[in-house]
Amino acid sequence: MRLAEFKDHQRELYHFQLRIGIAGAFVLAAFSLLVLRFVYLQVVQYDYYHTKAEDNRISIVPIMPNRGLILDRSGSVLARNYSAYTLEISPGKVADLDKTINGLEAIVEIRASDRTRFKRLMIEAKGADSLPIRTRLTDEEVAKFAVNRYRFPGVDIQARLFRQYPLNELASHLVGYIGRINDRDVEHIDDEGLTANYKGTDHIGKTGLEQSYESDLHGITGYEQVEVDSGGRGVRTLSRTSPTSGNNLVLTLDIKLQEVAEQAFGENRGALVAIEPATGGILAFVSKPGFDPNLFVDGIDPASWDLLNTSPDRPMVNRALAGTYPPGSTFKPYMALAALELGKRTAQQTIYDPGYFQFGNHRFRDDKPGGHGTVDMYKSLVASCDTYYYMLGNDLGIDNIARFIGQFGFGAKTGIDVDGEATGVLPSQEWKRKRFRKPEQQKWYSGETISVGIGQGYNAYTPLQMAQAMAAIANNGVIYRPHLVNYVENIKSGERTLIEPKLERAIALKPENIEFIKRALAGVNVEGTGARAFAKAEYTSAGKTGTAQVVALKQNEKYNEKNVTERHRDHALFIAFAPLESPKIALAVVVENAGFGARAAAPIARQVLDYYLLGKRIDTPAAEVPGDDGDD
Amino acid sequence: MMRGNFQQPFKNLWLRFTDKIDVPLFALAFALLLLGIITLASAAHETPARVSGQAINILVALSVMWAVAQFQPQTLMRFALPAYALGLALLVAVALFGEVVNGARRWLNVGVTRIQPSEIMKIAMPLMLAWYFHKHEATLRLRDYLVASLLLAVPVMLIARQPDLGTALLVTAAGFYVIFLAGLSWRILLGLALAACASLPFLWSVMHDYQRRRILTLLDPTSDPLGAGYHIIQSVIAVGSGGLAGKGWLKGTQAHLEFIPERSTDFIFAVFSEEFGLIGNCLLLLLYLLLIGRGLTIAANAPTFFARLLAGAVTLTFFTYVFVNMGMVSGILPVVGVPLPLISFGGTAMVTLFLGIGILMSIHRHRKLVQT
Repeated sequence: MRLAEFKDHQRELYHFQLRIGIAGAFVLAAFSLLVLRFVYLQVVQYDYYHTKAEDNRISIVPIMPNRGLILDRSGSVLARNYSAYTLEISPGKVADLDKTINGLEAIVEIRASDRTRFKRLMIEAKGADSLPIRTRLTDEEVAKFAVNRYRFPGVDIQARLFRQYPLNELASHLVGYIGRINDRDVEHIDDEGLTANYKGTDHIGKTGLEQSYESDLHGITGYEQVEVDSGGRGVRTLSRTSPTSGNNLVLTLDIKLQEVAEQAFGENRGALVAIEPATGGILAFVSKPGFDPNLFVDGIDPASWDLLNTSPDRPMVNRALAGTYPPGSTFKPYMALAALELGKRTAQQTIYDPGYFQFGNHRFRDDKPGGHGTVDMYKSLVASCDTYYYMLGNDLGIDNIARFIGQFGFGAKTGIDVDGEATGVLPSQEWKRKRFRKPEQQKWYSGETISVGIGQGYNAYTPLQMAQAMAAIANNGVIYRPHLVNYVENIKSGERTLIEPKLERAIALKPENIEFIKRALAGVNVEGTGARAFAKAEYTSAGKTGTAQVVALKQNEKYNEKNVTERHRDHALFIAFAPLESPKIALAVVVENAGFGARAAAPIARQVLDYYLLGKRIDTPAAEVPGDDGDD
Repeated sequence: MMRGNFQQPFKNLWLRFTDKIDVPLFALAFALLLLGIITLASAAHETPARVSGQAINILVALSVMWAVAQFQPQTLMRFALPAYALGLALLVAVALFGEVVNGARRWLNVGVTRIQPSEIMKIAMPLMLAWYFHKHEATLRLRDYLVASLLLAVPVMLIARQPDLGTALLVTAAGFYVIFLAGLSWRILLGLALAACASLPFLWSVMHDYQRRRILTLLDPTSDPLGAGYHIIQSVIAVGSGGLAGKGWLKGTQAHLEFIPERSTDFIFAVFSEEFGLIGNCLLLLLYLLLIGRGLTIAANAPTFFARLLAGAVTLTFFTYVFVNMGMVSGILPVVGVPLPLISFGGTAMVTLFLGIGILMSIHRHRKLVQT
């Protein structure tokens, strides 16, 4: 019995010890597995993980360069930088964004618009590692957050440079604005091979000079080698390569002249371009209405964006550069010059104007009921006789017109140093063939040439082209490429890279012909359609009024301003240069839906010229001068 | 003569004091504690209070070990049922009134302090099951294994629901080791293994999102480099970049630049591994292996069924800590909250572990007194 019990115990012990042995073997196997894993990680894969750890340790932190300033010709600041604290969230490092933002709200003020803007930025700038939830923190807010920083991993205060446009709406279209880099910008940056230089840069020029001179303004990004922790916070700096600030742009623009011009427009929509004929330097570049470029810097809030984009006034369109308008009667001086140069008319030749030009079944009407009677070239310009130019157009033919007038830059990009220029339309047989698909549409009809003769029909040019052509007349046919920037200034070395006046073209013109045209245009402002606007001017000037139809009139229909809705009213135009003998300024004005050029556009030109030549400032919108409806 | 007279009482006292302490076990544990303090000094360099805090934890734990070692195994056996019942009651209380910390309901506020009842189960479970099997030693039938399984399953479910996957895993392991060592037939073991595999989809469906994510992240940590995969990626980089000999004490960049999360607690092995390399890892594993070997030897030579089962289960649970922690840090097991025994910062685990070591010592020292 006792023996059996003992044996039983022995067998039980044996079984137990067997299981302990098995467990021991399992332990050994498991530990061997761990050793294998360690050997794999620490010996086989050592190089890989070593590099990984080093990368973890040293982070290259880009240092953003200061963006260059934009200054007018006398040093007034159009775009500058200021430093401010922003509260930024790294979305990748925050588990619950809403919770974090709610938490932050208890410390610093976060408005609903800040939230919506942040959401928008999240969508637009997917790659960005840190996005601002609040900008322009007060010192108190900075201190409050600093105390609570530990509670918000992935959130930090950054001192950032902000772009500011101190003049707000003034010259907004030409200066343009910067905005956050989006996917398209990233693609562009990659294509240009500038990825490294844009590390750490959040903003890029989106429109205007900010865009076209981006490479000058941006500067060269510096680098700092920093030991960082996993929260991305620097522990200590190992080395530093300073950034190089962007270059300043000094413009040919006279900001005071710009201001005078913009004020002269009052509430009207339109554009004005003023050029220095001898250099091509732009003196004023107006597109009304404007917008506040400061709205775009931090990401515009959706409400303002909608307002700007859905407004029927289309404030975001740079009319001076991208708006195209029929030149109306401002086209006549070029037609007249073509006639002289091509030998189709002499200045003295006269025609009889019965108030219309009959072409086949179609009667092209003159604005003046009953007509101007006997008209020579001088009178045709001073009184703006349509019948004269209907006939002339017919005599010259569309291709002669296109060839000659094209020399003045109509219907071609001027090559101005800002992007977004429209080409416009200089009609010709070839143009029509290319423009239309169907054969019957491609054919040029002689009747169409007649409308072109008075600056209507397919004619469509930018105010910039019109101003350039006027400058060409003023400069006796010599055209300098229009440009906004006078020189690019390296702040560090003080070196100035001048944008040399670039001779675009010297049109071969007989001196007596150009002199005649100039004299006739001077007559416009003395005894013609521009006389009222230029009454008692203390300088000599040349000008030409124009009225451009927005909707075609039916046969025998008389245009009546009161019967037409505001948007379908005629555009008022005026081109001018002054002084007559040694022109310092040439300009083109378009006032949308304002009616007659003599009444709405010429007074604006008068204020601009008064200021530029005499320093006179009125600071009120240019009053319409009462005009004879039949004038042009 | 005079010296001898003076020394003798002290010597006797010292002998009586150290009488129950198993020297190999203690020496190994002490070596591990030393490595732990050294590693902690590096891992918690910016919070030096943790080092002195850990020293206090160790002192408390060593006292517990000493006290437990004084008990006879039969006395320990008497604690089995009350400890288990208390643990279970507290777990139910936690489920009903527990405090939620970090999204998990693990703590019970008992006025002066908060306690984590699941920790009690780590010892109470093997104690209870060993006692149960010991009681039915002569007539072990399948029914007994079923009862044991039920005794194991109920607390584990309560712990897993808190949710505390790490502790549930360790308690399950402790209970399972007892059942295995008690001689559950191989056929049933195989069946259980198959059943476990079959129930994986069910397990998956009852898991919390974060638990699922941890498993998915283990399979591909890069799928979420700034989220759940972050722990794994960074700790594996730390281990791998340690290389053969390590970067040297206090020179681990992953640790000191704060890339390793929980670096003084559950992920302390990443710090150790980064600074001491493969050589350090092997030394550490060797120490653990020797300690586990000693424990298994004690189990194999234990006089009673209860003592054998308890010693074996306690030792194998210790092994489970080591394997799960190192596996997790080196990226072969999912992230579960299991500390590295005797190294990780933390008082509760330290006390529980030394309680186990105390039990082993008690069993070893009293083996000759308990002859049946």
